[in-house]
Amino acid sequence: MSLRPEPRTRPENRAATVQVPSNSLLAVYSQHQSAAVDSLHRLLNEPLGSAMACLVIGIALALPLALFLFLQNLQSMGGSLDQHGNISVFMHEHNPVELARMQKMLGTRKDVKKVTYTTPDQALQEFEAKSGFGEALATLAENPLPPLFEVQPASDKAEDVKTLVNYLQGLPGVDAVQADIQWLQRLNAMVAVAQKLALLLALLLGLGVMLVIGNTVRLAIANRSAEIVVVKLVGGTDSYVARPFLYTGLWYGVGGGITALVLVALCMWGMSGPVSRLLASYDSGYQLSGVSVSGGFAVLLIAGALGWLGALLSVLRHLRAIEPR
Amino acid sequence: MIKFDDVSKRYPSGQEALSHVSFQIADGELAFVTGHSGAGKSTLLKLIMQMELPSSGQLIVNGHNLSRLTRSQLPYYRRTIGLVFQDHQLLFDRSVYDNVALPLQIAGYEPREAARRVRAALDKVGLLSKEAQTPLALSTGEQQRVGIARAVVNKPALLLADEPTGNLDPELAAEIMGLFEQFSQVGVSVLIASHDHNLIARMEHRMLRLEQGRLVGDGSKGSKA
Repeated sequence: MSLRPEPRTRPENRAATVQVPSNSLLAVYSQHQSAAVDSLHRLLNEPLGSAMACLVIGIALALPLALFLFLQNLQSMGGSLDQHGNISVFMHEHNPVELARMQKMLGTRKDVKKVTYTTPDQALQEFEAKSGFGEALATLAENPLPPLFEVQPASDKAEDVKTLVNYLQGLPGVDAVQADIQWLQRLNAMVAVAQKLALLLALLLGLGVMLVIGNTVRLAIANRSAEIVVVKLVGGTDSYVARPFLYTGLWYGVGGGITALVLVALCMWGMSGPVSRLLASYDSGYQLSGVSVSGGFAVLLIAGALGWLGALLSVLRHLRAIEPR
Repeated sequence: MIKFDDVSKRYPSGQEALSHVSFQIADGELAFVTGHSGAGKSTLLKLIMQMELPSSGQLIVNGHNLSRLTRSQLPYYRRTIGLVFQDHQLLFDRSVYDNVALPLQIAGYEPREAARRVRAALDKVGLLSKEAQTPLALSTGEQQRVGIARAVVNKPALLLADEPTGNLDPELAAEIMGLFEQFSQVGVSVLIASHDHNLIARMEHRMLRLEQGRLVGDGSKGSKA
């Protein structure tokens, strides 16, 4: 037995013949379009309520987004400071011949990218110029500064650098080896921990966004229960009834995503001045990077998906309960 | 078109709304269901619409055995039936046109074909000039006619009406009933639940009389069990 209305044969029934619905692509498109446009109109017709909902969703999304951005900036800032990852080798050997031989030897090593030699005199001049203690230094009988090799490792991997440091420490004539790589390692480790936390936060807040949208959609369903009954009685399928509410969730999600992007952009704008002053004091020309265009689209996509999912949960839970009685 | 075979409906409260009702309505027939309120008229219509399920007995409508109807088939089944409510159940957040177009939009008609049918249905009930208005701006009688246009726009094989003249004065009621007669004349089966005995009696159609859930009369004008 087919439920699709079939053309009946008896002539007296011609007027009552129910034609097979023309479910063409155009008609399906038209159903989706009207559901999407209608649900958007409903949201825009209540600007205050919709704006409040978008703000709540936007704040929940902006928090993890801002944290991710902060960490991303911190990491690339650390990367841009990698010249500080050089190894300083202080010598107690002062014999220029020995030092020249050592410079040559270090320069040929595969795990060394570059060796710079600073004589005690050069170091003293540099120190005088930078520190402003020139007069005090002039009173010293002899130059207290040791000869210095600055070794740039070929690899930026922590273990490679460590091996090189150990090797350098074992060389004759070496007084002390100082590797500034450690703070970068620690920074990266901290960023990794914070990234995990941010991910956790994002998951929790994403869940929160879904529940907020689900609840908003639940209220919308309750407000329109009379209409749902009529639609079901004139043959609306479950998916037809659900469609406008799913679009409502999608719009809330996208609206919240846009709000989040605006909030984060505002924060960046507010922070950029103090941050660049702070960085300038470290001699860094680093520029804060915001959300990229593709990142922005990803945020909207995720936000829209969260909204749609939240609405779906609500629809599955509440829509079936509304039946014509 | 409709076949009730020993159908009973008992509510969980124990109240028996219909008991052992059997009757048939032929294709293109117009019949009334009468009785006092609480006699089971509404329950009878709700069983046909599958808003309620029978406790026992078999129901066949338009060739569909309703006990075999699945949940996912239900909407497609309902599209073959036009339903007119006592309180018309129009949606006040949209125009007269959009109200009438609702069943077509649901059934997936192309907008142009839908427009043609909506205008034809509105023309039939004499409200073509009011398609852009909101139902709120219409009189009660006009609202009911919009409800009828919505019920017939999909060209259903069966038209059900639950007290369609309940809120109307006698003149408007007669006018509405005249519309139903016209639909029946073009082959639509029409079943109308009504307690407006005076009006029905004048119309000389088949009358199913319910009393406390039992079918106590089945015949035309004046026949009483």
